[in-house]
Amino acid sequence: MSVEGEDGLDDDAPPIEVRGLESKFGDHVVHEGLDLTIPRGAVVGIVGGSGAGKSVLLNTIIGLREPQGGTIKVFGQDIKTAKRRQWTAIERRWGVLFQRGALWSNLTVKENVATPMTEHTDLTASDISELADLKIALAGLPAGSGALKPSELSGGMIKRASLARALALDPELLFLDEPTSGLDPISAAAFDSLIAELSDSLKLTVFMVTHDLDSLYRITDQVAVIADMKVVAMAPVQQLEQSEHPWIKSYFHGARGRAAAQGAE
Amino acid sequence: MPQAADYQLKDNDQSVTAVLTGDWTAILMGAAPERLAADLKGVRGVTLDLTDIGRCDTSGAWGLLRAGRGGAGAPAIVAPPELQRLLDLVRQAGEAAPTPPHRHRSLHGLFERIGRGVMGLWDAIVDTFVFNGRLLTAVGRAALHPRRIRWAAVFSLMERAGLDAIPIVATTTFFIGAVVGLLGANMLSQFGAQVFVVELIGIAVLREFNVLITALLLAGRSASSFAAEIGAMKMNQEIDAMQVLGVDPFDALVLPRFLALLLTIPLLTFIATLAGLAGGWLVAVTALDLNTSVFIQRLIDNVGITHFWVGLSKAPVMAMVIAGIGCRQGLEVGGDVESLGRRVTGAVVEAIFAAIFIDAVFALIYMELKI
Repeated sequence: MSVEGEDGLDDDAPPIEVRGLESKFGDHVVHEGLDLTIPRGAVVGIVGGSGAGKSVLLNTIIGLREPQGGTIKVFGQDIKTAKRRQWTAIERRWGVLFQRGALWSNLTVKENVATPMTEHTDLTASDISELADLKIALAGLPAGSGALKPSELSGGMIKRASLARALALDPELLFLDEPTSGLDPISAAAFDSLIAELSDSLKLTVFMVTHDLDSLYRITDQVAVIADMKVVAMAPVQQLEQSEHPWIKSYFHGARGRAAAQGAE
Repeated sequence: MPQAADYQLKDNDQSVTAVLTGDWTAILMGAAPERLAADLKGVRGVTLDLTDIGRCDTSGAWGLLRAGRGGAGAPAIVAPPELQRLLDLVRQAGEAAPTPPHRHRSLHGLFERIGRGVMGLWDAIVDTFVFNGRLLTAVGRAALHPRRIRWAAVFSLMERAGLDAIPIVATTTFFIGAVVGLLGANMLSQFGAQVFVVELIGIAVLREFNVLITALLLAGRSASSFAAEIGAMKMNQEIDAMQVLGVDPFDALVLPRFLALLLTIPLLTFIATLAGLAGGWLVAVTALDLNTSVFIQRLIDNVGITHFWVGLSKAPVMAMVIAGIGCRQGLEVGGDVESLGRRVTGAVVEAIFAAIFIDAVFALIYMELKI
């Protein structure tokens, strides 16, 4: 039975449902007939070669790009026909970590994290301030970094600050665009465990575009492979290893893939 | 289905159990944590029962923990394992030191800012000289090796900063010429000397307005775009990349802009002159019923070409200063968006000020020379 929440979103529908997506840039076709369903509570990794359209897919789902065809449903709501009230409800339920952080450079880290809360909740200013500190600590940033401006942060700190902002409203659906790229292996592993920890205890659904094979082995429940303009396979990573698809085969059985598989065992 | 956060208190002999219901999330919890904290304040033997709770996120967990801490002694917590883990996660993170509060601006801060401003003035003067020196050496190098000038960049910038500015320069000076003509005609006709409006238009347009309006428009149009382009490149580390590769940003970015304005401003000034005279001519012919041939004859006899050369002589100086200011401000941009905005504003304001200042200096010089 599907239950319609107060905000007009279907709580039982899969968080993301893409049907027959078509994306084109002029004559250049990126997606053709792409289908993808992300089940609730799953951590799904999205992989594909450079230029396969991973980021285009992400941008299309979060509504930054208008697709040339197909339907996209987020929490059961077609984003094309969503009304303003439903959009607000969707925006409250998702968080996005952009590839390069996209922190607002005129605000401090703490103000960056506090902004979604001031926009969408009626918590008091002092509560928001304490919560922002909490999220900053949760994301693994050292004490005192809340007062810094984004231009004063290192690459890894930008990722963490951006994660803190994405988690500000404790979204049910988290989009991560290459969350561990540019991090050292230790920070990347810590970042992975943090996401795994949060997705377990908060029952998060995670849509993660990544190239990091270690992340795929460590934290994803399923991996969707984008090749030939569609999702060619979606399965747990151990099953994908057995796949006969040429791209998947070379992806998982290259030197890096084997090393990551061994590391995960 | 989302439900507002709530709780029931159950009093036993020795302890109080708070049974939590609804969704304890950032959006739905509202003031429930404060109410709970008030109810549990100083109570002994508190148990928080989370078995019936709806959704609970980190904000909710934080609210619960804070409310629990208000009681005497640490609260016992009954929760499913995944919530227990969430609470542990939040408890650990909550132990981190808070961000120190932002210092408010006081009188002390005001003096500090004034002091920094004064010291900054000196730094700005030094920086300007450094910039001018580097620009001068870049020009010198280019003069010695003209083949090394990036002509492709120069021509593309000439199109953007020069040719594309023609419509706005022409329109603006056309209207200025017409306005001078109208005002002059009104005043002069009181003395019956309306025919002198031709001299008025001629001198005003040829000597002052053609070059000044062009310079002001370039200050608004090109100084700002130079500062924004170079500033965005600076923010994106593109300038650092040039330096590491042994490409001098002065050769690659500043000199082409400098040359582009220098080469196009005479053309723009010339077009501005024609447009201004056309505006004046239109007024003279329609409002004063002056003959076109009379208009031209009076221009040739009584105004003369000297005024045009006087006007044009200021143009290269203005071009160099405007391009220099735009590029210098661009190179001063720091890492954040605010400094980009400040520098672009600075470029426009400084360039406009410089254009008017240069015009005044030239006026004094030519007056002394009696030209």
